[in-house]
Amino acid sequence: MKTVAEKPSERAATFTTISGRPIDRLYTPQSVAGINYARDVNDPGAFPYTRGIHATGYRGKLWTMRQFAGFGTPEETNERYKTLLGAGGTGLSVAFDLPTLMGRDPDHELSLGEVGKCGVNVTSLADMETLFDGIHLGDITTSMTINSPAAMIFAMYLVVAEKQGADWKKISGTIQNDILKEFIAQKEYIFPPRPSMRIITDVFAFCANEAPKWNTISVSGYHIREAGATALQELAFTLRDGLEYAQWGVDAGLDVDAFVPQMSFFFNAHSDFFEEIAKYRAARKIWARMMRERFGAKNERSWKLRFHSQTAGVSLTAQQPYNNVVRTALQALSAVLGGTNSLHTNSLDEALALPTADAATLALRTQQIIAHESGVSNVVDPLGGSYFVERLTQDMEDGALDYFEQIDRMGGMVEAIERGFPQREIAESAYRFQQAVERREKIIVGVNDFVQADEPPIEILYIDDSASQRQLDKLAKVRATRDNGAVQRTLDRLRAAARTTENLMPPILDAVRAYATIGEMCDALREVWGEYEEVPVV
Amino acid sequence: MRKLRVVIAKPGLDGHDRGAKVIARALRDAGMEVIYTGLRQTPEMIAGAALQEDADVIGLSILSGAHNHIAPRLMELLKAKGLDDVLVVIGGIIPDVDIPKLKEIGVKGIFQPGTPMQEIIDFINANARARV
Repeated sequence: MKTVAEKPSERAATFTTISGRPIDRLYTPQSVAGINYARDVNDPGAFPYTRGIHATGYRGKLWTMRQFAGFGTPEETNERYKTLLGAGGTGLSVAFDLPTLMGRDPDHELSLGEVGKCGVNVTSLADMETLFDGIHLGDITTSMTINSPAAMIFAMYLVVAEKQGADWKKISGTIQNDILKEFIAQKEYIFPPRPSMRIITDVFAFCANEAPKWNTISVSGYHIREAGATALQELAFTLRDGLEYAQWGVDAGLDVDAFVPQMSFFFNAHSDFFEEIAKYRAARKIWARMMRERFGAKNERSWKLRFHSQTAGVSLTAQQPYNNVVRTALQALSAVLGGTNSLHTNSLDEALALPTADAATLALRTQQIIAHESGVSNVVDPLGGSYFVERLTQDMEDGALDYFEQIDRMGGMVEAIERGFPQREIAESAYRFQQAVERREKIIVGVNDFVQADEPPIEILYIDDSASQRQLDKLAKVRATRDNGAVQRTLDRLRAAARTTENLMPPILDAVRAYATIGEMCDALREVWGEYEEVPVV
Repeated sequence: MRKLRVVIAKPGLDGHDRGAKVIARALRDAGMEVIYTGLRQTPEMIAGAALQEDADVIGLSILSGAHNHIAPRLMELLKAKGLDDVLVVIGGIIPDVDIPKLKEIGVKGIFQPGTPMQEIIDFINANARARV
């Protein structure tokens, strides 16, 4: 038949990215006919920064190799940090345990079995002092993955810096401080959306004056993607979250150019190589345009989207775990080709447990091989001008703008979340992907194809319950040795401030200095604001 | 025979609910009645939900490492409430070394990352008994 002759046979009827986006066989000059180089792409370092925010790319400075780590007690994690810094890591990234993330002390009933399990437990300033013992905060940059209690943990870090003699004006690092994606995806929220947004704008205002080199927020798509979103949904919801924070800052009376330069972003580096690269390129372009056009930002630094990336935890498999090294290397390469400013590479054993020291070192080595052996860091945006990548970048931008319109029509991201809109979109994508895997429309090597029977087990890090007892003992000691009258006074002041519109950072700093615990500080705010409970969307 | 009634619960402080939601939908599409409890459930709340919902199956989703505390407590409570015939299964990040202990206390199925949904559906159909 004629039609058969015209369409040479292919392996499948349709080809799609891991997100389900259809991909043509070939991209040609026609595919990019509507794209104007100066307007839509432009050179690296020039608006809208599609090709990167630095003219010199990685020839000027390599990305920061920042490995997320934390487990057990502050003592154990402090030791791991010293190992990572000794192995050539250039920044720290703190993983906290669930009680810390949820603002609960180790002796709360919901902390049962969770202390030190998914990260390090930090209950009071005493723990933060131990965590950074022998590490000078003036010399390193630290990222802290903390959201609902971000202001408290940041205050602890500031007080440790102060005690070490480091200047707040010079210290640098990041707190995640992104509550919207907690409501959307990761679900580690404490307070309702509106007071949660207020603490965040308080941190923006505080840092603009007191800690101008600190990244006040890391607007995160990572968790949105891990929850099952497509690349486009990750891009759209994250950037729309960013706009929401900018709007709340402006509405709180801040000058857009005074706080937006301290905002940063965090994306997932997933498995579909070109789709990921297009996502990062589109993110820079969208942010630059939104800041200049929608917010009237005049400072170039407000236009430049800086981002951290982490390889996709959700893509790691428990089966044939060594395959994860290869997955991670490819994902990391996509983040680098997309111009990431810092990067975390996952370890091969993370579908099974928190990583062993050897696995974490291999993950760091993966980045070093990309940086120093592959040659990709010698040239800026080598894929710029690829018909395929430029088309995909444009499609990503168009798709994100469609989502923005829908969310704007709902009144903004807080309203969209209250309606369960992003939550539903993500749950739908997650289920669709799982069905595609079950039907073997998507192949995962070692899981639904190329399966190997009788795999030998690998050595994993086993975290026992001893951390819990040690943290409970330490907490008892802190409560016995601090001035409890002073703690009560600072907590009363925090409660009182929460009822007004006063900036909360100064009262939080006072409570931290008095060794108030994270549970006590969060409880003070729970009394004033209540707790958020979601209606589950299945 | 009436449909199997399954309570899917997310105990502990962890909020990573992709797995819980995906399996809830898969079981529902496979013809079961599924009740998803939502997040931050204590063992007491889960046992209470199982009693109230007249559950045949309880599916726990745990990724945080807290299973060695949550599962024994839940099994005790089920026994105390006369619900020892409810099939209890766990999905999530469960180290191999913990599996024998969990089986010993009566957790029948343990599903690690990458388990096909069909395998879980088949297991439940083979092992659960609709209560009358």
